[in-house]
Amino acid sequence: MTSDILPGTAGTVTVPLPEALPILALRGVTKTFPGVRALSDVALELYPGQVTALIGENGAGKSTLVKILTGIYQPDGGEILVDGAPARLDSPQAAAAARITAIHQETVLFDDLTVAENIFLGHAPRGRFGLIDRAEMRRRAGQILHELGARIDPGQPLRQLGIAARHLVAIARALSIEARVVIMDEPTAALSHKEIEELYTLIERLKAQGKAILFISHKFDEIFRIADRYTVFRDGQMVGAGLIAEASEADLVRQMVGRDVSQVFPSRTPRIGAPVLQVEGYAHPTEFADISFTLRAGEILGFYGLVGAGRSEFCQALFGMTRPSAGSLRIDGQPVAIRSPADAVAHGIVYVPEDRGRQGAIGAMPIFQNVTLPSLARISRNGFLRLAEEFRLARDYCERLDLRAASLDTPLGTLSGGNQQKVVIAKWLATRPRVIILDEPTKGIDIGSKAAVHEFMAELAAQGLAVIMVSSEIPEILGMSDRVIVMREGRIAAELSGGDLTPETLVRHAAGIGETWE
Amino acid sequence: MRLTRLLTTREALLAAAIALMLALIASRFPAFVAPGNLVAVFNDTAPLIILAIGQMVVILTRCIDLSVAATLALTGMVVAMLNLAHPDLPVAAILAIAVALGCGLGMINGLLVWKLDIPPIVVTLGTMTIYRGAAFLISGGKWVNAHEMSDAFKAFPRTQILGMPVMSWIAILVVVVLAVLLARTETGRAFFAAGGNPDAATYAGIDVGRTRFLAFALSGALAGLVGYLWVARYAVAYVDLAAGFELDVVAACVIGGVAIMGGVGSVAGAVLGALFLGVIKNALPVIDVSPFWQMAISGAAIIIAVILNAKAGRARGRIILRQTEAVQ
Repeated sequence: MTSDILPGTAGTVTVPLPEALPILALRGVTKTFPGVRALSDVALELYPGQVTALIGENGAGKSTLVKILTGIYQPDGGEILVDGAPARLDSPQAAAAARITAIHQETVLFDDLTVAENIFLGHAPRGRFGLIDRAEMRRRAGQILHELGARIDPGQPLRQLGIAARHLVAIARALSIEARVVIMDEPTAALSHKEIEELYTLIERLKAQGKAILFISHKFDEIFRIADRYTVFRDGQMVGAGLIAEASEADLVRQMVGRDVSQVFPSRTPRIGAPVLQVEGYAHPTEFADISFTLRAGEILGFYGLVGAGRSEFCQALFGMTRPSAGSLRIDGQPVAIRSPADAVAHGIVYVPEDRGRQGAIGAMPIFQNVTLPSLARISRNGFLRLAEEFRLARDYCERLDLRAASLDTPLGTLSGGNQQKVVIAKWLATRPRVIILDEPTKGIDIGSKAAVHEFMAELAAQGLAVIMVSSEIPEILGMSDRVIVMREGRIAAELSGGDLTPETLVRHAAGIGETWE
Repeated sequence: MRLTRLLTTREALLAAAIALMLALIASRFPAFVAPGNLVAVFNDTAPLIILAIGQMVVILTRCIDLSVAATLALTGMVVAMLNLAHPDLPVAAILAIAVALGCGLGMINGLLVWKLDIPPIVVTLGTMTIYRGAAFLISGGKWVNAHEMSDAFKAFPRTQILGMPVMSWIAILVVVVLAVLLARTETGRAFFAAGGNPDAATYAGIDVGRTRFLAFALSGALAGLVGYLWVARYAVAYVDLAAGFELDVVAACVIGGVAIMGGVGSVAGAVLGALFLGVIKNALPVIDVSPFWQMAISGAAIIIAVILNAKAGRARGRIILRQTEAVQ
């Protein structure tokens, strides 16, 4: 599909006619981080009075783009045009001066300030002696909220508001700086159905005021409902753009996932053994329900889904960090109850969290103590640690992972990031687990390290470990899993394997397209 | 390796500073460093050493216990009144009661931090006042004086064994037991992990809340122990006993290189920090310096210790760079 980024001369479209000039245009924008090319030669145009949907998988570069538009990141190449003239957005202040504002997934507001103070923080109306004119601030805040049709008292502390009302405050803040470009990053993620409808009404109102809106969402029904145009990103590149009226869902899905899976994954012949873990009817009051599956030795089971589908929450319950409200668990056919992470480790289940640096490494602690931390019970005798034994265990596993460090007595924090990751993985292997849960194992690491992690995962499975891999990257899910469970809204939407396992089926089940469209 | 060396140097540095101080004092007042006087100084510092070690364990878990002095005062008052009521109660029983009561008070702190998730500084600021208030309530504000205490009760901490009072021997015992506990047991390791990175500790199967609870219970038990020793040694119990002493205890930890953000610290550091303050406190009156200077010098020592800690942190940043270069 060829990309058409020029404004269509769309007489047939029911949306307001695009003016000749986009408010904001990006041309050839590139952004590189060490080892990763986050955006490469990207183009985007935002027109007054129109909603442009930005679509792409996790890691496609959407967040990087938002950060460039709001002056947090500087592009390495390309240009940004505001009203057709080149502009430099070299700070958040510069972006605000260009009247570009973003409303984030987790709205950044201040709980202990009032609604009016949140709206006008940083640009409050000044009265005599340069002091903040509170009365004027409240009056103007009230006026903006009224225009939005929001019944919120500007004097109320923000803490008392729910998520939807907070969104309204964030939008009011955007209006208070008379923003012309409003970026909404997954604004509906935390909203109820009714609140989403209200948001749509609000977006229509912003459109009528001639604002250009960039709407980032994973949900196709929303995009078809509210957007006028779309732009698709994949792996940091713009792969398509056009009018929603002329696009079909199938088109968008195809553009989003691409045809070729370019990464190379280790070839493996899975030797799948006896069932190790049987999960029956696991449920949680708010996060997930009805999760049942069987995991076998030597198998890699992928968990796919959109962010917020309940995958990590389920895995955390499996690991004993939260209690399920219903359901049972068998390991090797024996029923077990896991009430704490310590129980899980004792039963041979380990969880390697997504953010291994922050949630896995203890910087001030020596390397060898980091490695042995979950295995201390095994190297104790009569309540005392056997230090020689402990050191031997740590050395064994560090050598297996080819860790380069002057001495295992060194605090972990003195190692480089990559070596710290090795220590964290060594730590889990040293517990001799049966089941290993890897949450987003390659998120945020460069291509080379990704391959190493994949090799390693294949090796674990070959040794007879049962692996659960939570991943949001389709190539990784396809390339590594023997079987895939797709979750949507806290439930299993599909269990796929063999020929059913295609990018399209994954996206369809994760987004629930088959039910709402077609 | 460099950082380990740096940290050990920090403790060595502190030991050197104490030695230098002693040498300076000795140049004018040789009597100060006579063995008998050094034992007296150590004995005088023993309560601070014991409390500092308990506090260090709490700080290791990224908490703080401001109620130690109040726990000490309440326990001291309880055992003094108990002795008044039942003069025949053996010292062993008094000791057991003091430790158990202190431990119980510490457990209240720990439970509030663990189960209600209230910030430790708020919890212990509250219980600090409550425990003092309780000491007032049970005593009605009255003192228990020397003549009201039994001889055995008063004699125990002063009893000499091998030229040193029992109080000093107890401090040494606490140092040894805690050093072993921290270095050689799972619980000891959990204290470091819970404060070093609570998230990582949780994933490793450590119950961070329970670990903090244990730290508070330990700190309380040691404060209870000191409660009896203090009241018996000075032969008086009153509500404002050891008022403000919790700040000396925290200061000893900070000077001893215990990181206030948790995860870093050693028994040796806490002991040296306490000795540093103890030597200053005992030496300044000897060289005729006013108590005002005493406080100013303690304050300066705290700031210098914090600066040294910050320097150690920066050195670590440079080491990361050097190592990544070496790896590449």
